Amino acid sequence: MPLSSTIYVLAIPFFMFLFLGLVATKMPRKITGVIGVLGMAVTTVWAYAIAFTYFFGNGEGQMLDGVRQQVVTTDWTWLSFYADKLVVKLGVLVDPISAMMLIVISTVSFMVHLYSLGYMSDHDGNPEKGFQRYYADLALFTFSMLGLVVSTNIFQMFIFFEMVGVSSYLLIGFYYGLQPANHASKKAFIVTRLADLFFLIGILILSFYTKTFDFKEIMGANGHDVCNAFTSAQGLTFMGCSVTGWALTFIFIGGAGKSAMYPLHIWLPDAMEGPTPVSALIHAATMVVAGVFLVARMFPLYVLEQGAMDIICVVGAFTAFYAAAVACTQSDIKRALAFSTISQIAFMMTSLAVSSANSKLIGGHEAGLGYMASMFHLFTHAMFKALLFLCAGAIIHAVHSNENSKMHGLHKFMPITSIAFLIGCLAIAGIPPFAGFFSKDEILVACYEKGIGWGLWMSMVAGMTAFYMFRIYYLIFFWKKHEVHGEHAPKDQPWTMTVPLIVLALISCVAGFVPFGKLVTWDGNLLETHLNLPVAGASVGIALIGIGLATVMYWKENPLPDKLATMFKGLWTASYRRFYMDELYQFITHKIIFQGISKPIAWFDRTIIDGFFNLLGNVTNSASFGIRKMQSGNVQGYVSYYIIGAVLLAAITGAVILFF
Amino acid sequence: MDYSQFLMMPQEIGLLVVFLLVFLYDTFMPTKTLKGLPLFATVVFGIFTIFSFLPVPDGMVFGEMFESNKATWAMKNILNIGMFIVLLQSIKWANSDFVSIRRGEFYELIILTLFGMYLMISGRHFLLFVIGLETASLPLATLVAFEKKYYESHEAAAKYVLTAVFSSAIMLLGLSFVYGLTGTLYFTDIATMIVGDKSLLLIVALAFLISGVGYKLSLVPFHLWTADVYQGAPTMVTSYLSVISKGSAAFAFFVILVQVFGAAYAPVWEWMLYAIIVITITVGNLFAIRQRNLKRFLAFSSISQAGYIMLGVISANAVGMASMMYYILVYIFSNLAAFGVIAVIERKTGKVTTDDYNGLFKTNPWLAFVMMLAMFSLGGIPPFAGFFSKFFIFLGAAKTGSVAIYVLVLIALINTIISLYYYLLVVKAMFIRQDDCVIPALKSHWTERAGLWICTLGIILIGLVSCIYTSLSDITSSLTSMFSMI
Repeated sequence: MPLSSTIYVLAIPFFMFLFLGLVATKMPRKITGVIGVLGMAVTTVWAYAIAFTYFFGNGEGQMLDGVRQQVVTTDWTWLSFYADKLVVKLGVLVDPISAMMLIVISTVSFMVHLYSLGYMSDHDGNPEKGFQRYYADLALFTFSMLGLVVSTNIFQMFIFFEMVGVSSYLLIGFYYGLQPANHASKKAFIVTRLADLFFLIGILILSFYTKTFDFKEIMGANGHDVCNAFTSAQGLTFMGCSVTGWALTFIFIGGAGKSAMYPLHIWLPDAMEGPTPVSALIHAATMVVAGVFLVARMFPLYVLEQGAMDIICVVGAFTAFYAAAVACTQSDIKRALAFSTISQIAFMMTSLAVSSANSKLIGGHEAGLGYMASMFHLFTHAMFKALLFLCAGAIIHAVHSNENSKMHGLHKFMPITSIAFLIGCLAIAGIPPFAGFFSKDEILVACYEKGIGWGLWMSMVAGMTAFYMFRIYYLIFFWKKHEVHGEHAPKDQPWTMTVPLIVLALISCVAGFVPFGKLVTWDGNLLETHLNLPVAGASVGIALIGIGLATVMYWKENPLPDKLATMFKGLWTASYRRFYMDELYQFITHKIIFQGISKPIAWFDRTIIDGFFNLLGNVTNSASFGIRKMQSGNVQGYVSYYIIGAVLLAAITGAVILFF
Repeated sequence: MDYSQFLMMPQEIGLLVVFLLVFLYDTFMPTKTLKGLPLFATVVFGIFTIFSFLPVPDGMVFGEMFESNKATWAMKNILNIGMFIVLLQSIKWANSDFVSIRRGEFYELIILTLFGMYLMISGRHFLLFVIGLETASLPLATLVAFEKKYYESHEAAAKYVLTAVFSSAIMLLGLSFVYGLTGTLYFTDIATMIVGDKSLLLIVALAFLISGVGYKLSLVPFHLWTADVYQGAPTMVTSYLSVISKGSAAFAFFVILVQVFGAAYAPVWEWMLYAIIVITITVGNLFAIRQRNLKRFLAFSSISQAGYIMLGVISANAVGMASMMYYILVYIFSNLAAFGVIAVIERKTGKVTTDDYNGLFKTNPWLAFVMMLAMFSLGGIPPFAGFFSKFFIFLGAAKTGSVAIYVLVLIALINTIISLYYYLLVVKAMFIRQDDCVIPALKSHWTERAGLWICTLGIILIGLVSCIYTSLSDITSSLTSMFSMI
């Protein structure tokens, strides 16, 4: 498949969106769903072909002297102003990370499309309303996300950044009849939109100094030739920091909003109000890593701005710990998985931030390891977290509840789901040979290279990950015998929902053996990776400790967890209430912003601004009333106005010209 | 005579072929098959529209009276698109009971008026221009009177004929002054003759000429016929009058002002146009606010829109010309969408006032949606095409760099805000207001729906597909000889 056909990978979901959204609304639900799945299947095959061509093919300039090159396969000028001084382009850029993202997005999206055939067919026994709308929105999301990763310039990326935000909004609020879904979709949109405002400011600052939006023009083909405009702008300072540092920090805030970094994470747990397959696709595997992707895309600039990198590093490390701490106590399984997602994305962010781009060897490892590890973890995490969410969906579909107190002991009833979930847990906990082990190991190695403190901190979080994941697992599938509510005992779901679980579980088993260092690196050079035995051993050990602790506490029903909860009551409640972040936001927005800032602005708007427009309106209205006689309806009058107008025009002009 | 000169006017020849085909069908086909005439005419015209996108040679023919270049080609194509939508939307109406007996005339006359507009666009001699103008005007009077049964239709036609004749007379008087002073009617010759000659007579001539074309464009104070005629005429004819006829006149106006009076008289006519634009936009808005009849309301809105189109003329540069043509293209889609909806509802229920549209969204969501798009586009709300057309036309005017023009753009901007009031009033009626006697759910004919679909796509896409404006801009900036005079 020639790389120039990458554009069709985007085109198929886009036209599917138009078709499903406009035409198919009247069609039978089954057919709509099948069309959606088939369309996505074609997209997936195509994306795989593109990625295969890019990584293993030769020709079309994707490989030059053993270095992978960025290939721009489509390049349209969308807007151009002021004799091409301000040009906005739309294009398709294929490089290691975008090719990898094509695989991630299309795989997970296809699995979710297939899975939704079963999951969305009924809602607590009733046929689902808006089935067609659901598939149309999924297609829109897939298109937007694919467009985001292949963006050739930062402006295009911003457009697609907003579009994934919109489609996420639509899908979180899919059950728009339910109040919590409404609130959650609004919350997600407002929080990410606020972050995107910073992103936009960052774009404006950056492009003001570099005079271009284009990634290739700013960073050079492989990130090694950052343009002079950028490096010279580094010398300019604003409030003690370089302007480029400000720009990159603002851009990071945009990414932090989408990637749910502390303190902008508050929307993600609530976003679980959407249908569970949506959570798997958008809020676990693809959209939430948009921020990581953004930083990775502009990595060559970030390494030149160590200040911005330090901010990312601190935010990432803290978020990883914070989210893991919250995940340990949540009783809603989707919320627990959501916090786990936040924690894992923070792992990726931290890994990017500890990475350096120097070409010399550091501690026996080539630099850029953190970057590679981050992308690796993004890839494996997308697979096993989608798996976990889809398992959660299957369970919720079976027992009609999100609370783990309604589950317990499901292992006997849903063996396939249980095993798939276990594989997901082993992968995320970092047990070899599952996928998460390899990627997390690389991240930890990169962290230890940055400093022993960072390494220890992240190792501790990795241990907590193992603990809370197995806590969830045991509470769902073991703990005590399942009490059957209602008439039907829960069972494994139909094949449309089980097949994706099996496929993703298989991927989670083998994805760790992908030689990522040879495929995805920040500058296209190949990177030799070795298993760092001390780090690997330590991380497996700490994961085993976490699992062991979870086994002791949650394998069988026992009073130990309750005892611990009462012993550390304050801590437990704080963790359960997510350390009161939502309450803090409530306080800040309602008490400080609404009272202190919004009220005066509202007064100004209502009296001054509205007053001006009322004046304008009144003047207009009375003028309009005054001249209405002109339109008398008789032709003599019309002709009189005509001739008076023509003569006056001539007379005044003549007078002005002749006498002045 | 060198007959190969006809090769320079393929679009005119093609249009005449369309006319002849329709005429032959109407004359010789058995009466039973005449029901198919509207569809036949539309299809033939559609084919012609596609073929007329074939490139035409550049050059002047027939004693340099007729010019063909990329800009005239593009302008004719723009008009063709609008004409096609009008024909498509009028199929059902033309086959309705009391019009069907004359449907042949409708199609023949309307195509002939388009031919006249072609001559206005391409004419480089005042004689040809005036012939084109009259060819475009007189059949329209017949079309305005087309619904013989209605008193309003007669009245409108009478007013139209009387005022049109008057304005033609005034304009011809002005042209006779020009001829008297220069002894020629060729655009380029006049331009070279009047350099440095600032006689009062020529200023009067210029004022009369502006009033004559201003009449076609319905610029204030030459606009007073507009509301009555738009209201009385059949809706299809009104939509034709409001976009196609206006578009051709605007283009011809630009050519005349820049090419004939560009060199020596640019400050003079720019001043005149300045005053006209200010009062046109403002007065159009002020009247539009008070209208409750939608056709009348769109008449005043179109007066105001003509003022915006004139902003492209006053900038008198390549950007202004491109943005003017772009504006006309967008305006065609937006206005035809609005008139299309009005026509459907009028044909089915006879209702045409804003209050009748209360609660329309509940019963006819698609019609309400298209109408909303049209109103948003006319009001210039992003991301619809109307926003981009306004943006480019302001950009073109601001490019001249003079402070006076900046003030003009500011006035136009304020008027945009005022215009939003009445455009959104229609949207409010459809979506927010409730009524007991809502228009029932309608099933429009597929041709009408097709027309509305084209308009909807145009409104949504033209702004976003940037190559349309870019190619227009490339075309106009290649017309070096035209702008060399300024």
